[in-house]
Amino acid sequence: MEDIKLMKGNEAIAEGVIRAGCDGYFGYPITPQSEVLEYLMMARTEERTGMVVLQAESEIASIHMVYGGAACGKRVMTSSSSPGISLMQEGISFMAGTELPCLLLNVVRGGPGLGTIQPSQSDYFQAVKGGGHGDYKLIVLAPASVQEMYDFAKLGFDLAFKYRIQVMVLSDGAIGQMMEKVVLDEQIPRQTNEEIIKNHPWATSGKTPDRERNIITSLDLDPVKQEKINIHLQEKFKRITENEVRFETLMCDDVEYLFVAYGSSARVCQKAIQLGREKGLKVGLLRPITLFPFPYDEVAKLAKQVKGILCVEMSAGQMIEDVRLGANGAVKVEHFGRLGGIIPAPDEVLNRMEEIFISKNNYGRGTN
Amino acid sequence: MEEELTRESICQQENLVYSRTPLMTPKALSYCPGCGHGTAHRLIMEVIEEMNLQSQTIGVAPVGCSVLAYDFLDIDMQQAAHGRAPAVATGIKRLLPDKFVFTYQGDGDLAAIGTGETIHACNRGENICIFFVNNGIYGMTGGQMAPTTLPNMKTATSPYGRDVVSMGYPLKITEMIAMLPGTCFVTRQSVHTPANVRKTKKAIQKAVQCQLDKKGLSFVEIVSNCNSGWKMTPLESNKWMEENMFPVFPLGDIKVPKP
Repeated sequence: MEDIKLMKGNEAIAEGVIRAGCDGYFGYPITPQSEVLEYLMMARTEERTGMVVLQAESEIASIHMVYGGAACGKRVMTSSSSPGISLMQEGISFMAGTELPCLLLNVVRGGPGLGTIQPSQSDYFQAVKGGGHGDYKLIVLAPASVQEMYDFAKLGFDLAFKYRIQVMVLSDGAIGQMMEKVVLDEQIPRQTNEEIIKNHPWATSGKTPDRERNIITSLDLDPVKQEKINIHLQEKFKRITENEVRFETLMCDDVEYLFVAYGSSARVCQKAIQLGREKGLKVGLLRPITLFPFPYDEVAKLAKQVKGILCVEMSAGQMIEDVRLGANGAVKVEHFGRLGGIIPAPDEVLNRMEEIFISKNNYGRGTN
Repeated sequence: MEEELTRESICQQENLVYSRTPLMTPKALSYCPGCGHGTAHRLIMEVIEEMNLQSQTIGVAPVGCSVLAYDFLDIDMQQAAHGRAPAVATGIKRLLPDKFVFTYQGDGDLAAIGTGETIHACNRGENICIFFVNNGIYGMTGGQMAPTTLPNMKTATSPYGRDVVSMGYPLKITEMIAMLPGTCFVTRQSVHTPANVRKTKKAIQKAVQCQLDKKGLSFVEIVSNCNSGWKMTPLESNKWMEENMFPVFPLGDIKVPKP
């Protein structure tokens, strides 16, 4: 019989990481994601799987605890919300430089500054374009349901170890807080220390006579060597771009007017499409699931087919830059967004599509 | 007539009184001649070797002069971001509680940018060792004022001397963390004379033993010279350290382990 539970998004990913064989969680409370740490503490993970859960003194300490654990080859993670993720950028950059795998969760809230605790998508640039210092990328997964919050725990760890990269689940306050049913999987056993030594020979586990010492460092003062390290990283990002693009399309077979949206905005667009189809409008949705790597090819393909693209984001327009790169001028790409923690309503989104692309009173608002 | 002494005739096994510690790599140290870091490195490696802990050890290097410590120590090591070594060590030790885990940090790293990580690792009683080299200056970046710089001491960023009214006082972080119930053994030593070297080695042995006995966090401060940063000869700097550093940072045990 299927194991199905009604859960909050934050609880679902917490349960997801336990079942994915996570070894350690280090985090600091912040709204709207504190349920992750609370759930893990309540779950008595030490007894259940041996997973370590520690409340750190700050987000900075959390990410560096993750660094220490990841460098031992362990499956480790942290979670936070926007201001806390900003604090973690130092550690994330160090993990990029040392190629340490880890899972990061950002349950985004409105900014800048303390902003609000309401959901937002205004951290797209930070997550997708680097965030910290240096030339690096994270794999960014954007869940649009509580089920995906759960599923991306295991997927995130698998990708992190496949490429020795940091994977960020870029969620938001709505997905984190809302409740939906979740289909749960069997528990995956945690790796033993012997398995880690065998599978991750780079990990610091104590130098034995049969090997050289393992050193985890992002420092190389010789620019020639440092350039080689950077080229190696870029080759990895290219491999990821070629192999790991994930997206979903809805009603795109005959689509004339395309929404592009991820996460909560995609959920709003689903409803807008339903309303639009009832009115006879051929509207559809492209939902990027990986924000890096971004589905540029799919955008390019659809851009040749449709009469207009509306990029819906709970931000002033961040992903739209990638959508325009994908469309490459083939069709007009416009933005609709609400700011500061407001979720747009489906009719608002549909009206905007009609206003810009469909209605005769189109004064050509906005140009590409 | 006496036999002529040659290098070959001297370098015989029966004459051996000193050799490189096996756990130090052959790489030449990057530290300035006269600096205490090399001695501190060697003592820690001697203890790890004598206690047969090489395969059990994971060390954490800081940012500062000893940022490249992993080049010299033949053990698994992680290089931490500036000040974050105690958090990194926490992550390691929590996930590998049977390993011997230590950080090696300077005063800027441990007592300025990493104050929060230091105090909270101590307060949680993380079962790790922190080796803290305090020379009252930022050596690697070129001699700027550190949290432990003495009052009126001239540095690159206090060129007229540390004015305590505007720049604050030397931070006695070792005394601070000794107050926390999570720390087990807290001591301050130096490596500028053979007698002090012997005492420091004993302190390191004790700190390691505390971790093996799972007693909590052990903290060994080593007050050291920075002859380059202080703009002195090594001998002058050691004398200056005795006369000026030790009154502010007195040597000896601050907290001893409970039996």
